[in-house]
Amino acid sequence: MESLRRTFRLLTYNKVGFIGLLGVIFFVLMAFVGPYFVPLDTKTKVDKIYEPPSKTFWLGTDSEGRDIFSQIVHGGKDVLVVAFLAGIISTTIAVVLGSLSALAGGGVDGLIMALADIVLTIPQFPLLAVLAGLVKFNNVTLLAVILGVLSWPALTRAIRAQVLSLREREFVEAARALDLGTKHIILKEILPNMMSYIAINLIFAMTAAIYAQVGLVFLGLVPFSGHNWGVMLSLAWTRGAIFFKDSLWYIMSPVAAIALFQLSLISFTRLLEEIFNPRLRTSV
Amino acid sequence: MAEATQTPYTLKVENLRVSYQAERGKVKAVRDVSFTLQKGETLAFIGESGCGKTTLGLSLIRLLPTTAAIEQGKIIYHHNGEEFDIVNLSEKQLRRFRWREFAMIFQGAQNAFNPVLRIWDQFWETARAHGETNKRHLRERVEETFRLVQLDPDRVLRAYPHQLSGGMRQRVLIALGLLLKPPLVLLDEPTTALDILTQRSVIDVLRDLKSQMSFSLILISHDLSLAAELADRVATMYAGTLVEIATVWDAYYRPLHPYTAGLIRAVPTLSGERQDLVSIPGSPPDLISPPTGCAFHPRCPYATDQCRQNTPTLIEAEPNHMVACWHWDEVAADGGARMKEQVEA
Amino acid sequence: MSTQEAQELLSLHHVVMEFKVSRRATVRVLDDVSFSVKEGEILCLVGESGCGKTTSGKIAAGLLQPTSGEVRFRGQNVWTADKATFRQYRRGVQIIHQDPYASLNPTQRVEDILSAPLLRHKIARNRREAHQQVLDLLRTVDLTPPEDFIKKYPHQLSGGQRQRVSIARALTLRPQFLVADEAVSMLDVSIRVSLLQLLERLRDQMGVAYLFITHDLAVAKYFAWEGRIAVMYLGRIVEIGPTPQIINNPQHPYTRALLSALPEADPKATRSKQRVHLRSLDVPSLLNVPRGCSFHPRCPLFEEGLCDGKVPELHAASNGVQVACHLNENEKVAA
Repeated sequence: MESLRRTFRLLTYNKVGFIGLLGVIFFVLMAFVGPYFVPLDTKTKVDKIYEPPSKTFWLGTDSEGRDIFSQIVHGGKDVLVVAFLAGIISTTIAVVLGSLSALAGGGVDGLIMALADIVLTIPQFPLLAVLAGLVKFNNVTLLAVILGVLSWPALTRAIRAQVLSLREREFVEAARALDLGTKHIILKEILPNMMSYIAINLIFAMTAAIYAQVGLVFLGLVPFSGHNWGVMLSLAWTRGAIFFKDSLWYIMSPVAAIALFQLSLISFTRLLEEIFNPRLRTSV
Repeated sequence: MAEATQTPYTLKVENLRVSYQAERGKVKAVRDVSFTLQKGETLAFIGESGCGKTTLGLSLIRLLPTTAAIEQGKIIYHHNGEEFDIVNLSEKQLRRFRWREFAMIFQGAQNAFNPVLRIWDQFWETARAHGETNKRHLRERVEETFRLVQLDPDRVLRAYPHQLSGGMRQRVLIALGLLLKPPLVLLDEPTTALDILTQRSVIDVLRDLKSQMSFSLILISHDLSLAAELADRVATMYAGTLVEIATVWDAYYRPLHPYTAGLIRAVPTLSGERQDLVSIPGSPPDLISPPTGCAFHPRCPYATDQCRQNTPTLIEAEPNHMVACWHWDEVAADGGARMKEQVEA
Repeated sequence: MSTQEAQELLSLHHVVMEFKVSRRATVRVLDDVSFSVKEGEILCLVGESGCGKTTSGKIAAGLLQPTSGEVRFRGQNVWTADKATFRQYRRGVQIIHQDPYASLNPTQRVEDILSAPLLRHKIARNRREAHQQVLDLLRTVDLTPPEDFIKKYPHQLSGGQRQRVSIARALTLRPQFLVADEAVSMLDVSIRVSLLQLLERLRDQMGVAYLFITHDLAVAKYFAWEGRIAVMYLGRIVEIGPTPQIINNPQHPYTRALLSALPEADPKATRSKQRVHLRSLDVPSLLNVPRGCSFHPRCPLFEEGLCDGKVPELHAASNGVQVACHLNENEKVAA
């Protein structure tokens, strides 16, 4: 009971971060649980085109008179899954390669950094456009893997710099003198001191993956099928939504969903910083 | 003391109380501190980290961080027959007052300068911000001050901060502080982080300046040897309170407060045979909830029930020797010997 | 101390340490440094920042490999020895750092910090045994009652308490040699003494030898009164000998300058001190060390042609002191 109260105090310590957390929880619930309660409206209703929000259509209707709210609820899952997977993949690669590069040094370091530079210089969008011609992107996981594999270099460099500086810290030196071994030094001395940094960067990687993904879909570079905030945006655009004042709700709904989710994620990082800081963890 | 009250004073602090807001509560950093700084004298504040001496210094010149506030008390400044309370000055008045009347030289000479400006430009910028318009006039004054701190104006003024050694930067900072010949100067840890030989040059410069410019000096330092070198009087701070003020001779050779006695016996000396040193048991108290009565009682071998219940006030125990201790007479009688016994026991 | 009978424990022989500062340039931080420490002995390295005392300490502790020269532990060259010997050396020599805020991992509790080496090196067979040993270690360093400290994170301890945890950690492997790098410099004076007394007690009870690195000659005098002091300047030892000799009868002009410059917490003594006046206040850069005796541009006794020619070697002066000064080679420097 006491530990539960402490956890709650810790979570609510940073107000902005806590609101971010609530936002993230809201979007996750909406995307994964929501579709069971809100059926996707696929029926074209010519008499209900571009309706403003009402009791039946919470966010109004689209160019074919379909409920926008139901599309938002159903269109979140793919976006979230891709963001999460791509973030995990790129962060994992970055932590492993960055630490390896910093600790091994020499030729390994040179090789990894050269590789990072090469990947960094590849223009992502054209490459994806080319890839889209060769592979079919109807698979969420495949898109996530590709986004993840392309976006590790910047974080790898940052992790490498962090490890290099932590490696010189006195407590690591003491661990070397005590002959505690490389595994202990990486897992117990260095990594725990980077956890907040890694977690925050994981979130940033996720936000980047959302933009990349939505952007690709929106530009039509990835022939993404199904329901997805990016597809909604793309459709709204191609139906000329920005020219009709009536269609404001159609185009703004996915934009708002994306922006609010990103905002929640970024606010949430403030909380992460504190959760991983033992100083704060013990003082609340 | 009759004589002392007649000599003109530069600064008179009465019941000063400063607190700042921290996560866990209100930190009572300075608690009812009163003292008088005579004209031309050097008063050193000694004490360990967290005793409130730096907060005291910052509040005297009204440079406290926004989380801190002067809760009560007066800081009366007196110069050329004019006197006013620094606590009541507006921001605009403070800007005029600082540097011109009351100069401060803080620790960390390394970071005090803008790295992309030459030393001359730093002087010019500072002077212009204080209303100086004549470059030649400023140049003359800078050259004069540089001679006092043994710097070569031609070379140093053209240099960027990184081209000067730590000791030179510290001396430039001292010169900058003293440029307008202020009657009152505050020095916070002026030699910390300097090497021994450099530290010596800074100490010698300070002593020369004192004798030539005759300003009143407040010296804040954790380094007891610096106070022994430069101070006329020494004020010991503990847990935000002033526990003793005495001449430098009395403070070092006849301390009346057990804490001062312990501090002085805790520092090894070079001259003479190796002496046993005293360590004061325990650690300094938390300033959010300091101990009742005398704040030093949990660490004090002289402590009695009286000390635990009642807070001693600063009294003039001996001529020109103020102490806040219920048992100063016992400390005087045994020369603070009990501080030592405790360690051996 | 019967130092005559004690075995030589750790020694540096003609150690040179160079660091790359750019692709072309290297900086020589240590130049031909030799010293040895016997079992249970205290050797103090003193000098100003940049003199190489910390680098010497890291080399002695095996944390840096010298560019050239040898480090011997119980007579064996540790960098050419087999793995088992190096491991013995590694565990036999521990280091205590200056900054109690940087030397403990902020994410670990005191118990984790102290039990990791115990478990790793099988000094404790299991967690329960490790727990008992951690309690004992905390008692050894006067953190009592130990139960109050075992669950704490470093930030919940004061500077002095952290430094005690650092010492306890260094003791986990029962070392014979401790490198204490400015181990008390950052602590308040009232706490400093009790830590020095703790280190002294460890020497008496466990026979630990010390390489005690400090910039404060008064602390060196207090701690190493029965041991020796080595004074370093720009990467070289300029004077080494028994502490009372170095403090009361210094031979090298640099040692004299240091001793005379140091302010003391004794107003009469410090104000009446005879000062040695240096010819220059500038400390030369290690990238551009002066020819001959590196102290010559600042030395008040500088003799042209002699001091700026050859590098002076350490040679025996009186009373077991060795000094590297040309003026001392034939006759004693006039006091």
